[in-house]
Amino acid sequence: MTTKVIMPRLGESVVEGTVTKWLKREGEQVEEFEPLLEINTDKVDTEVPSPAAGTLLKVYVGEGQTVQAGTLLAVIGEPGEEIPEAPEVAGATMPVSAPAAVEATPVSSVAPSPPRPGRQADLGFISPVVARIAAEHKVDLTQVRGTGRGGRITKKDMLAYLESRPAGPAPAAPAWEQPGSGELFRPSEEVFGGARPPASQPEAEARALPGTVQPLDVVRRSIAEHMVRSKRISPHVSTIMEADMSRVMAHRRNHKEDFAHEGINLTYTPYFVAAAAEALRAVPMANSSWSDEGIVLHGAVNVGVAVSLGERGLIVPVIKEADQMSLRGLARAVQDLSTRARSGQLSPAEVQGGTFTITNHGVGGSLFATPIINQPQCAILGVGKIQKRVVVIESSEGDGGTQDLIAIRPMVYLTLTFDHRILDGAVADQFLGLVVMRLESWA
Amino acid sequence: MVVTGTEAKLKKETLREIYWIMLLARRLDERAWVLHRQGKIAFHISGIGHEAAQVGAAFALRRGHDWVLPYYRDLAMTLALGLTAREFALGLMGKKGEPSSGGRQMPSHWSLRRANVVSHSSPVATQTSHAAGIGLAIKMRGDDAVVLTSVGEGSTSQGEWYEGVNWAAVHRLPVIFFVENNRFAISVPQEHQMAVENAADKAAGLGLPGVTVDGLDPLQVYQAVAAAAARARAGEGPTLVEARVFRMTPHSSDDDDRTYRTREDVEAMKARDPLGSFREFLRSQSVLSAEVVAEMEAQAKQQVEQAVAFAEAAPYPEVSEAAHPVYVEDVHHA
Amino acid sequence: MPEITLIEGIRQAMDEELARDERVFIVGEDVGRRGGVFRATQGLYEKYGPERVIDSPLAELSIVGVGIGAALYGMRPICEIQFADFIHPAFNQIVNEAAKMCYRSNGEWTAPMVIRAPYGGGIGGGLYHSQSVEAFFAHVPGLKVVVPSNPYDAKGLLKAAVRDPNPVLYLEPKKGYRLIRGAVPEDEEVLVPIGKARVSREGRDLSLFAYGMMHHYSLQAAQQVAAEGIEVEVVDLRTLNPLDRETVLGSVRKTGKALIVYEDNLTGGYGAEIAALLAEQAFTDLDAPVRRLAGPDVPAVPYSRPLQDWFMPNAEKIAAAIRELDAY
Repeated sequence: MTTKVIMPRLGESVVEGTVTKWLKREGEQVEEFEPLLEINTDKVDTEVPSPAAGTLLKVYVGEGQTVQAGTLLAVIGEPGEEIPEAPEVAGATMPVSAPAAVEATPVSSVAPSPPRPGRQADLGFISPVVARIAAEHKVDLTQVRGTGRGGRITKKDMLAYLESRPAGPAPAAPAWEQPGSGELFRPSEEVFGGARPPASQPEAEARALPGTVQPLDVVRRSIAEHMVRSKRISPHVSTIMEADMSRVMAHRRNHKEDFAHEGINLTYTPYFVAAAAEALRAVPMANSSWSDEGIVLHGAVNVGVAVSLGERGLIVPVIKEADQMSLRGLARAVQDLSTRARSGQLSPAEVQGGTFTITNHGVGGSLFATPIINQPQCAILGVGKIQKRVVVIESSEGDGGTQDLIAIRPMVYLTLTFDHRILDGAVADQFLGLVVMRLESWA
Repeated sequence: MVVTGTEAKLKKETLREIYWIMLLARRLDERAWVLHRQGKIAFHISGIGHEAAQVGAAFALRRGHDWVLPYYRDLAMTLALGLTAREFALGLMGKKGEPSSGGRQMPSHWSLRRANVVSHSSPVATQTSHAAGIGLAIKMRGDDAVVLTSVGEGSTSQGEWYEGVNWAAVHRLPVIFFVENNRFAISVPQEHQMAVENAADKAAGLGLPGVTVDGLDPLQVYQAVAAAAARARAGEGPTLVEARVFRMTPHSSDDDDRTYRTREDVEAMKARDPLGSFREFLRSQSVLSAEVVAEMEAQAKQQVEQAVAFAEAAPYPEVSEAAHPVYVEDVHHA
Repeated sequence: MPEITLIEGIRQAMDEELARDERVFIVGEDVGRRGGVFRATQGLYEKYGPERVIDSPLAELSIVGVGIGAALYGMRPICEIQFADFIHPAFNQIVNEAAKMCYRSNGEWTAPMVIRAPYGGGIGGGLYHSQSVEAFFAHVPGLKVVVPSNPYDAKGLLKAAVRDPNPVLYLEPKKGYRLIRGAVPEDEEVLVPIGKARVSREGRDLSLFAYGMMHHYSLQAAQQVAAEGIEVEVVDLRTLNPLDRETVLGSVRKTGKALIVYEDNLTGGYGAEIAALLAEQAFTDLDAPVRRLAGPDVPAVPYSRPLQDWFMPNAEKIAAAIRELDAY
């Protein structure tokens, strides 16, 4: 009996994936749970363990090809067994909608492989560092040989295992264009439509000019889809305010070292997340989604933070219930998520469920930008570069006169781009005003 | 013009100044009790009855040049050395700008760097060996400053005190050990504190001169301390000066002296109040007129009012200041 | 570079600082003509005279108290306590006065001074010539506490302590005075920064934290077990307050295991602070429980030889603890 290997669906919002590398060739033996191929989706890069033991009889989707979730990738069985016909992979996309076509149990590559019966009880004491390494590198501890007292798995055993195990997470994905400053990509919660619209006139004109064609990978395609769709469905309006960052800077200066002692690099991002989360709590309309039945007010404040992956694009890990976290917790979460985002170790769940997004376009020197809403959210906050500027400080005197001062202050422009179907300008300004007030009064 | 009623020869102006500081100390001290009973401050420790001894001793020094390590009862002495009424009031309330500790220490734990008044702690007599050390440094440097350190008579029971005095005697250091003997260490009377009649008698066993003077008369104290300072400056070593005083109040705002002494005893002390007797002496010598006395009272009252109002309006220290300065590296002088 | 003993490093440091800064002076029992009971100040009385190398009355609190007074006036005293066991009468002066001076006066007054005290057992000193007192004092904000383990650090840390603007308690591992030898350059200024630990031996299998005499024994033990294939990373803490947390955490992040060796009584000893730090800030780096090897919880080191040996950690006991932790 043969077992089919299919393109897994890595989370609700992922609809297609690209085969980046086959780790086994046709005709080779493969063990159950042994890594079989590496795939890349617009959210995560991962390896797919084999769903069965046997011989890799046939590979249907070659390296570099992008197919929809559920597409048959390969078949495993005994030599000589009958294998299905080669499915069509025309246009690198082959929708497989009928569940009947997918017989094998869908495999999720991120969840640890199920332990072999009886092994779990033998693991012995798992020390804190072993637990951490296992979580970070998605190690199935039942696969690691313990050499400590009573067969305990030691840190050294883990390091030896990591070194010897077959190729880790996928290396660098193909080079992608860096998205424009301030623009975001986050995959839709909806399934893409099957057929793409015909090429528009400008596209046709572009192809007519001399030059080479950079093939579209899944991430680039996904970004494009989302940007266009977001602009199409939400009437975008941007409002801009500026904030005096003196108090935040002072706070950060005073606490940077403390945090560093705990291994946390205190950046400005957690301050913006904290300020936004508080304002979202105060203005629930900003923490909502449009639906035909009505405006969905989200119970949780889940703040996505855009992280640039350099040539590999951009990803938006989500800090869940950010309004419940201390600055320390936020700083830790930001550092953890961004570090793992850059090393391609985020799980699908960690890039889902956002109710609001922050993008720090200031890192590239941008003062203000008008980001595109991350659907189906209501608004997105763009943070510009913090820049020392001359400002006039108005102060009233008792007799009604004023004593204005000129001062040099670290200022930042904050852009709120919002869905005008949901928010009126006044509410948007109220929200952004709260963010500014929180930052300026930081203590 | 000098007054020769006692052996001290002081200008009228100086005598008026001595009286003025005694008076201001008394009125500030009284107001501190009131503030405590109003619930506006947490603690007060009183020097009422000690003013003559303290001011007399301070005036015998080169104030601002010589070094002083006082103890917590020395409000009048510290005022004589340069503390202002406002600074005292800030200290009572633990307000920002309080010069002894920036609101860290309890009130009346003196320190005034600009006047060479050295910070001290609450455990008694601990500053005695510091005084010897400063005396040692003065001697090593060849400077002509002298050091005065004061304690109550109870503190002369401490090993701390003996060790410090012994050091100064052995090395003939320019130190004046000043004992304000009010006969009570909180509630414990002098006879339970020492077997000698006068604290100054202890000096003999340690090899330095000891004198006992009437601490209710600032001029007697002035004379004794001036003589000790002259000895010290001449390189002849330390002197122990004991001033016999009254503590006309309980030990502190938290004490009740009715549990250990009779009201008659206290009334008898009040009858000999050094502030009143020095005023009458100065009037008899035509140093003070009735008008001037009234004017000084009015001025003292005004200064107290202003100081308390100033302190009440003053801000507390920033909470962030509490974390510093643990080490010298944390000190940020503006 | 000539090899010198640990006590010679201490003597050289004082000699050089006395010559460099006329504010520096030495005060203590028998430090003058006798040159100290351990000979740490030998020759200094003859060289700098009785006014800068002062024999004090036999009274520890005033050795420190007088030092504080002189420091308040601008001098830089080096106070010698003859044995750390005798420092307790001066506890109030060190903890309540010197350490609190800067804070309690809001920085107006400071007490820049060094208090030297020979500590530790294994010399037949019995209960009152063998004590380790670091835990009492490392607990005190405002006071710095340093412990050298070799002649170079002995010299460099003492010179740094003399120049430090704060009170510094300088604890000397007296058993190592003449036992521990090492090269110290003659023609250059030797200064070791306060607040920096030193990785004295690199290794991957476990981290061993020690100071003073125990650091010396720990290196010996590390060498023994290296022959068995166990690579110990030895960290000489050198400064107990303020602790170099980065070096401590960095080492354990690498090895995952920590052994702390000290000759003070186990309970409430300095090792507890290291263990607490690791539990708080390196929990997910730990591959084994943190282990302390220390003196037993009896009042102090007994005199009789076998009883003393029972009390004292040594290279063999340390090696055994290493093997046990490595096998975990």
